[in-house]
Amino acid sequence: MLCDICGKKPATVHLTEIIDEQMKELHLCEECAHQKSAQMESQFGLGDLLGGLAEFEKPAAQDTEAVSLKCPKCGLTYADFKKIGRLGCADCYVAFKKYIGPLLKRIHGSSIHLGKTPLKGAKASAPKKKTDLAELREKLQRAIESEAFEDAARIRDQVKELEKKLAQPEPDKGA
Amino acid sequence: MKLNDLLNHTSEWLRGTGPNSEIVISSRIRLARNLEKFPFPHWASKKQGEEVMGVICSVVANVDYLKNTTLFKLADLDSVDKQFLVERHLMSLEHAQKKNNKAVIIDDEEKISIMVNEEDHIRFQVMQSGFNLFEAWSIVNRIDDSLAKELLLAFSPEWGYLTACPTNVGTGMRGSVMLHLPALVMTRQIDRVLAAIAKLSFTTRGLYGEGTQASGNFFQISNQVSLGQREEDIIESINGLIRQIIEQEQNAREALLEREKAALEDRVSRSFGILKSAHIISSQETIELLSMVRLGLDLGIIKDMDRSVINELFIITQPAHLQKLQEKKLTSPERDIKRAEIIREKLKI
Repeated sequence: MLCDICGKKPATVHLTEIIDEQMKELHLCEECAHQKSAQMESQFGLGDLLGGLAEFEKPAAQDTEAVSLKCPKCGLTYADFKKIGRLGCADCYVAFKKYIGPLLKRIHGSSIHLGKTPLKGAKASAPKKKTDLAELREKLQRAIESEAFEDAARIRDQVKELEKKLAQPEPDKGA
Repeated sequence: MKLNDLLNHTSEWLRGTGPNSEIVISSRIRLARNLEKFPFPHWASKKQGEEVMGVICSVVANVDYLKNTTLFKLADLDSVDKQFLVERHLMSLEHAQKKNNKAVIIDDEEKISIMVNEEDHIRFQVMQSGFNLFEAWSIVNRIDDSLAKELLLAFSPEWGYLTACPTNVGTGMRGSVMLHLPALVMTRQIDRVLAAIAKLSFTTRGLYGEGTQASGNFFQISNQVSLGQREEDIIESINGLIRQIIEQEQNAREALLEREKAALEDRVSRSFGILKSAHIISSQETIELLSMVRLGLDLGIIKDMDRSVINELFIITQPAHLQKLQEKKLTSPERDIKRAEIIREKLKI
């Protein structure tokens, strides 16, 4: 059998392509197969990849529900997100919360933010530390509730660390 | 500052100073931030994009750390100017390719750059010579606090800073370190190292970021995970990985010197010879040969040469830089001739 693309060399690679539910068999020589796979890779952008990840997350029965979800603020639909791999605005995260949570977990191995938070008005440092602690404790609670035990252990260590720091008297910074 | 003023300035990332500068070229931290009230750039209308640009630019003008900065609207720049900024690592290739309501803000030292309306409303970076992520982070962190005082940012207590792409959610932080690893490449250990990096959820890219090939033995390594860890912990994990790679490169360099000294000296000297005598040279070949000469300098094989000359050549031989220096557009074959001429001139002893 000769290669379907160049028609010159013997076909050694056999490929099944499904486009729009149409199955197509391709028999290719090594060289053409190589080109074909490079082509496929370049078409397989990040959007598809993320979309694919999102797809994987939900059982088929919920499919129609997810796809018809729409962000009330910017109008982006979940189907749009699956196609372009990007959300439309901050509110999309709320609108698609149910699906984004597991997706984040898949991408980052966690779905709980432990980094900095935007401080408003940059108040004095002492009360800020207390707020940090309260926030960490809240996060710990959330992590335990969502059974993210690895995260919880890490947060617990941070809570301990911060508590220790707060227990020490603040060095006098002068007037 | 005018764009052309940068021509007489050494890019921070090529200063060739700082910790471990024989292997680590530069360290960079970037944060992604968005304004709560506006759709992300790709989904915003033209008018919303304009508004975002207006809001951010007026805030930047009031931030103390950003006093000595200049704003360039991409709509006002021609293609050579834009490529020039990409070559200097002051903005991404992606940012350069579109122009609607996009801008880049650069400080006089070329350490700080802020892209407005890239994939996110704000993407700003701080670059440091050598292995110095924490220093870069401390500056980034202060700028971020100043911006947050003036801007209502898209933030969720649960998921952190919200970004157009879920891969940046959380800290919105990407730390990257540019490494020069010629000995690992020559001893054919690099594939093993890159495979290990990928397994540990870090990304390797080439000289010019996203989607570019590693060339001239330069590799940019950055974190993939931005959620679920504190910024400092992410940086510490990058540092741990980089320290190991530095050690491996050092070992490979020592092994080459010990076992293949003559072959190494031959390769370095031939590279130097070609650079000194070529009349036509591509930018790819230039980077590869300069990489060898740089290694020769690091190992004391080449002595009578100032390292800053080599560093400068890395940048001024890039296509847009050549055209800026000549003050006119040059075709690719014209550039190859001009490039060779400039290199010969700079390496004349």
